[in-house]
Amino acid sequence: MSHCEATELTGDTYTRRFDTGPDADTLIVNMGPQHPSTHGVLRVIVELDGEYILRAEPVLGYVHRMHEKMGEVKSFTQYLPNMGRVDYLHAMAWNWAYVGAVEKLGGVEVPERAEYLRVIATELNRISSHLVWWGAYLLDLGAFTPIMYAFDDREIILDLLQIITGSRLTYCYFRFGGVTADVTPAFVSGLTEFIARFKSRLPMYTDLVTNNVILRKRCEEIGVIDVDMARRYGATGPVLRGSGVAYDTRRAEPYGIYDRFDYEIPTFPEGDAMARYMVRMREMEESVKIIEQALARMPEGEYLNAKAPKPAWKPGVGEAYFAVEGARGKIGAYVVSDGTKTPYRVKLRAPSYCNLSLFAELAQGVILADAVSIMGSLDLVIPEIDR
Amino acid sequence: MPDMNALLAGIPAELTRLVLALIGLMVFIGLNGLALVWVERKVAGHVQRRPGPFEVGPFGLIQPIVDAIKLIGKQLVTPSGSDKFLFWLAPLLSFLPIFLLFIPIPFSKNLVGLDTNLGLLLILAFAGLNVLALCLAGWGQNNKWGLLGAGRAVAQSVAYEIPLLLSVLAISFQTGSLSLTEITAKQGAWPWQWNIIVQPLAFFLYFICAVAETNRAPFDLPEAESELTAGFHTEYSGMGFGLFFLAEYANMIVVCSVATVLFLGGWQGPFEPGWWWFLIKMYVLLVVIIWFRWTYPRVRFDQLLNLNWKWLLPLSMVNLVATAFAVKLFA
Repeated sequence: MSHCEATELTGDTYTRRFDTGPDADTLIVNMGPQHPSTHGVLRVIVELDGEYILRAEPVLGYVHRMHEKMGEVKSFTQYLPNMGRVDYLHAMAWNWAYVGAVEKLGGVEVPERAEYLRVIATELNRISSHLVWWGAYLLDLGAFTPIMYAFDDREIILDLLQIITGSRLTYCYFRFGGVTADVTPAFVSGLTEFIARFKSRLPMYTDLVTNNVILRKRCEEIGVIDVDMARRYGATGPVLRGSGVAYDTRRAEPYGIYDRFDYEIPTFPEGDAMARYMVRMREMEESVKIIEQALARMPEGEYLNAKAPKPAWKPGVGEAYFAVEGARGKIGAYVVSDGTKTPYRVKLRAPSYCNLSLFAELAQGVILADAVSIMGSLDLVIPEIDR
Repeated sequence: MPDMNALLAGIPAELTRLVLALIGLMVFIGLNGLALVWVERKVAGHVQRRPGPFEVGPFGLIQPIVDAIKLIGKQLVTPSGSDKFLFWLAPLLSFLPIFLLFIPIPFSKNLVGLDTNLGLLLILAFAGLNVLALCLAGWGQNNKWGLLGAGRAVAQSVAYEIPLLLSVLAISFQTGSLSLTEITAKQGAWPWQWNIIVQPLAFFLYFICAVAETNRAPFDLPEAESELTAGFHTEYSGMGFGLFFLAEYANMIVVCSVATVLFLGGWQGPFEPGWWWFLIKMYVLLVVIIWFRWTYPRVRFDQLLNLNWKWLLPLSMVNLVATAFAVKLFA
């Protein structure tokens, strides 16, 4: 049982490095890569003194799929499907980041209608991403039922997005100069129905879960991130807004047509897990607001630029960076072209990677159950971290 | 050749009754365990807005039997480096004492295994064995998560046993007896004649402690799967896990039976007293416990202990002292 008596080498490089100078009374355990609360293959090595965590260190790389390297091998168009697989929960935002960067690089125009379609698809996807987070977080806290309610709603979103994109999870909806398909009447009526239904569901979520005293005790004053700490680690998205900073890429560096809509950037100053929870719950409401406005104002016209690049297109020498606001924070794509069919370099900025780096500091000295709550409140998507 | 009749006559009637009761209880626990698995899955299903099991048999009634066959059919794996003896002793130790817990419970006026004037004491004494089983399971399996689960199980069970005991004692004080038959007999048929009317606080405390003692959500910390993977039964598969599972359900039935006897008038009921009233009340309480599990998030371990030591224990003390005074003054 005790790790200090072992004479032969045990564990792997990470465990051994972590194991230096152990205290006989502490326990070193692997949380993950197969652990119910790490949602995927994140591995965290923790040193426990009873129930208290002395040190925690995340180990990455279990789903490293060389997305950035693939960008150097595939042509600009061929790389599009990769974007749906970086963050499987908010695939649309990644679509937008890469397509946006390439459009900037090649000076491709996007038709007005396509801009609106992009906003609708991305915001719908943001709601579905937050719903999965909500259900999974409650699962981490030991409540089994909310995830079923969340998936009930998410299922409708997936059905809707399936109509316009053809897929249910790893979307590849964006094209250079527009989107792949226009909306259908079935989509529009389905979306209107969904919005009405979802608005009545949100108060139910509040009554059933948000106001529950056990949930509040598990979230309030847990994992407090102050503004300084959030800045030091480069946290973005709901994690940063949960610390009271109203930074949202949609507002701070407007892209697409986001400057035309009336919506709020919800912030909560407490910086604890509950603040991050509330930010996401409010964001779903704001996304609904954006979708409603976009649906009402969407003009007629082309959904794809008639002069959109062909598959063998070469954008010319140059470089471009494009940032969008994903469900987890600021998503950035940096594309360098040397004038050939394939990018010279693609660099992806994943918000989960920065948000995860907060965990080691936050988990120090907390009780094991709180570490689970903190990790859940950061809303990590592991494939996005490893890329 | 000795005379068979003489030999049979030599067996004390009490012993015959006890053996028959044990056999009957085995059937009772087995059937109710299976029924409860089905009820749990159905209730969970409807709470989560899905139908629950419905494929195997009418309304999915055969589902728990199929589950049991699956568990029995699985290979029994003993993890390397584990203490083999303790590892396999633990599930047996958690399950076997259950039969003893049922012996003094009066299901109806005459349907009781052993009508002893120390029935309550017997139950409380043997209920403690379950902690030992969880502790050994966590220790014997050579798994760090299991060890943490065992530590939690011991701290939790020991803590919650005290207010549980004190709230039960209040009823004994009031009735002046530890015999479950007598406690039932002193209550009337109608709900306002039950002990829960006189002792609402004791019932409230007992029920919270009972949920905690049986390791059910929101107090299921020894197995908290999002923190400890599976806690004390991390390494158990097949029937090793099955026995813990069955013991959990059997323990739920025990605590709900005791609550029925102590607070809800046992087999007494309007119109026609009998075992059916006992079962109805017991199942209502069981469904409430299941409902808790599928609604609430899990509390944190220090919150669990704080709740006990700072609230439940003082409250149960006050309740006991108040009962003692009331009995002295009015009885």
